[in-house]
Amino acid sequence: MDTIEKTQYTVNDFKSDQLVRWCPGCGDYAILAAMQKVMADIGVAPEKTVVVSGIGCSSRLPYYVNSYGFHGIHGRGAAIATGVKVANPDLTVWQVTGDGDCLAIGGNHFIHSVRRNIDINVLIFNNQIYGLTKGQYSPTTLKGCITNSSPFGTIEEPFRPGELTMGARGTFFGRVLDVDMKSSHMTMLAATKHKGTSVVECLVNCVIFHDGAHKYLSEKTTREDRTIVLEHGKKMIFGKNRDKGLILEGLNLKVVTIGENGITENDILTHDAKTPDPTLHLKLILMSGPEYPVALGVIRDVEAETYNDALTKQIADVQAKSSVKTFDDLIDSVEQWEM
Amino acid sequence: MQLTGTLFSNLSAILGNEISTFPDYPSEIRAPQGTLFGVSGFQVHLGSEKIYTPGDDADVLVTMNPAALKVNAKGIKKHSIIIFDTDAFGKKELEKAQFTTDNPFEELKISDTVQLIPVALTSLTQESLKDFDMDNKSVLRSKNMFALGLVCWLFNRPIDAAIHFLSGKFKNKPKVLEANVKVLVDGFNYGHNLHLNVSTFQVNKSDSTPKGMYTSISGNKATAWGLIAASKKANLELFLGSYPITPSSDIMQELARRKDMGVKVMQSEDEIAGITTAIGASFAGALAATNTSGPGIALKSEAIGLAVMAELPLVIVDVMRGGPSTGLPTKTEQTDLLQAMYGRNGESPVVVLAASTPANCFHYAFMAAKIALEYSTPVVLLTDGFIGNGSSLWKLPKFADLPEIKPHYVKSGMTGLSATARDPETKIRYWNIPGVPGLEHRNGGLEKNYVTGAVSTEALNHQRMVDARQAKVNYVVNAIPDLKVEGSADADLLVIGWGSTYGHLKTAVLDLNEQGKKVALAHFTYINPLPKNTAEVITKYKKVVVCELNGGQFATLLRTKVPGREYLQYNKVQGQPFSSAELEEHISSLLK
Repeated sequence: MDTIEKTQYTVNDFKSDQLVRWCPGCGDYAILAAMQKVMADIGVAPEKTVVVSGIGCSSRLPYYVNSYGFHGIHGRGAAIATGVKVANPDLTVWQVTGDGDCLAIGGNHFIHSVRRNIDINVLIFNNQIYGLTKGQYSPTTLKGCITNSSPFGTIEEPFRPGELTMGARGTFFGRVLDVDMKSSHMTMLAATKHKGTSVVECLVNCVIFHDGAHKYLSEKTTREDRTIVLEHGKKMIFGKNRDKGLILEGLNLKVVTIGENGITENDILTHDAKTPDPTLHLKLILMSGPEYPVALGVIRDVEAETYNDALTKQIADVQAKSSVKTFDDLIDSVEQWEM
Repeated sequence: MQLTGTLFSNLSAILGNEISTFPDYPSEIRAPQGTLFGVSGFQVHLGSEKIYTPGDDADVLVTMNPAALKVNAKGIKKHSIIIFDTDAFGKKELEKAQFTTDNPFEELKISDTVQLIPVALTSLTQESLKDFDMDNKSVLRSKNMFALGLVCWLFNRPIDAAIHFLSGKFKNKPKVLEANVKVLVDGFNYGHNLHLNVSTFQVNKSDSTPKGMYTSISGNKATAWGLIAASKKANLELFLGSYPITPSSDIMQELARRKDMGVKVMQSEDEIAGITTAIGASFAGALAATNTSGPGIALKSEAIGLAVMAELPLVIVDVMRGGPSTGLPTKTEQTDLLQAMYGRNGESPVVVLAASTPANCFHYAFMAAKIALEYSTPVVLLTDGFIGNGSSLWKLPKFADLPEIKPHYVKSGMTGLSATARDPETKIRYWNIPGVPGLEHRNGGLEKNYVTGAVSTEALNHQRMVDARQAKVNYVVNAIPDLKVEGSADADLLVIGWGSTYGHLKTAVLDLNEQGKKVALAHFTYINPLPKNTAEVITKYKKVVVCELNGGQFATLLRTKVPGREYLQYNKVQGQPFSSAELEEHISSLLK
């Protein structure tokens, strides 16, 4: 039964006539491809789809998707996408943004769209650098990193997008890696199914200004040992040999090896992305190497009322109770007198 | 005080008077009582014929403390009546208001010219409510009702009408109503029993007001309702993105109340989100608006440019206040005109309108939306603190009588339209709303190819696009009425004004005409584009003086738009409206 819907659209239906103009080898290509595959899979028509962006390399993406699109101004993509969704909740709205656009100039709009739980899918292309303006450090650039605007190394602590999402009371957070198409597709698909602001951090490589920023993770031979792909209801197992797992020791996560020290698969944590309690989700978000694998996949996926639904409902409730139905009714409702 | 003022003016309007009000209050919410900067005032002008302003100098001043007296003493007529609360004129209060003697009236040199009515307002109110189980704070709050009763007596308002009116106001709070009515009636009777040699006022019903049903409305509320009416006329949802800022917030608050009208209001995280959510909403097919004041309009500049570039309908309401920067939040000015015209990067033309009375904010908000939708352009509507907070009589409209609004939609049968597709003659872009198969396109802030809509930096294409966006705004001239001239038909001197100064200018010009002085008035509400006949009107007069509440911004604009003649200026930047008297004096001096 599902097949009818799934085959309704193909990836080609979501490709525009514009030549993609990112640098050869840019990680953005992979995210675009995964996104278009998800668009085809969910069966929402191109005319019901809106892709909104701000400014930056990634924000050029709307031009490459055959849908309605809006390429806004620096940092304001979240607010523009919010307006689109609130004005017309029937549309499926994507916001495409980067670490500078989303977390520097657009930081305020980002946290508030997350807090309001606007039903949009947000893809943050995190390459830890400003690309389009040519190589300045961004809010996610690691401390000490030498860039065109930090010739002696940055002296700032970076944001961690997932942590910020949790701080803004996010209901969905996922993380994907440009070179891992399979988990990217799975995570974005879950993002589209989640009602509310679905934040997906896309770790992408900028070959020109920050080549290898995510090399520790993307290296093919070690990737499976250095990352863990989380899925709701599945055991937190990872590693090339699928023999490593996560357990809780006291209040902390711990990496263990199945088969060692009496550890069996039963001891390994099962991922609960649906629990409203953000404590463990935050711990998973903050995991970093070499002590821990970096979490990819769907880390948090919690149901909560969306702003757009709540507003629609509030309007309907007021209208059902009010005797003021038309503009003339409104005029009649005021204190008035004849002169 | 604000409540008492509103009650008295509405009561007077119900009794058939023309009214015009001007609330003037400090920006502090609970400014220390009795200090000079903490004075909150409410000016109301009643007319038995058409009036255009809240008036210059007062016939009656009700003052609750010495500070209020001091601040308002220069704004009263020579033989005015001053009602003052003797309980609040002790040594401490006088010192607080920086009086150095114990007779403030003498110190202000008004003791010989005004008629004083000393009333122990505080203790009389306490006495009046002694049988009520109320705390002292609530009792003191009722002082205003005692004053209202006194004023009703002074202006011969039937007390029954006042009681009836109060009953409507407090119908859900019977205890509050009972107390207020008691104090009101006691105040009224107290006036009666004063047996003072005071001549009370008789302001008869106005016969010059066109017949019809009326209400009293503030400019901000009228603006909100104008947008609602436009959304209904255009059969669109109204979306407002807005961030609270004085004196504009009332527009958002009024629209937030109107969920019955289906209005979607988002209180956004900042001014920029206010306008960018509205741009998103416009892209998605709503009648979108944002409202702001003061520094808020500066914050929105970049996004107004985006709306210009994307050629989307958008209404931006700027309730101007004293600036620059945060300036004088609760005071009025016309200092954002050139910012509205030009305050953006690039060649970025927008339509600019300016309402001229509290009530006609409705009309201009409606017209701003109509032009935005029919010409696919952002429209800036300028009002200000004076007309935004002030109120005047409003003849209630019938929905059927309002003009039609026909948004510039993609015409049926059109397919494969580019993001920039426009009517070849008028240059108006087709509003291409998501949801229609085959019309997918990408809009945004980058320059686009005139034909394909794809991003383009090509030299001649950019020129063509700049010209098209300008031509579209110029074309709006066909939608706006000609400039009218009022006053003497054979005047040599033309007074020019725009926006909220209309009432004061008209009063001054009519007064001068009555004195046999030949002066005419041309008042602008359409600023960009200017009415077609602007040059024709302006060049006819020997002398032209542009009067405005800024350093000369409209004069500067006219020098560019209608060059080749001298423009005299009369400017005031004090956070206060003109007075008709100062205008008369200045205009008279130009006749010599």
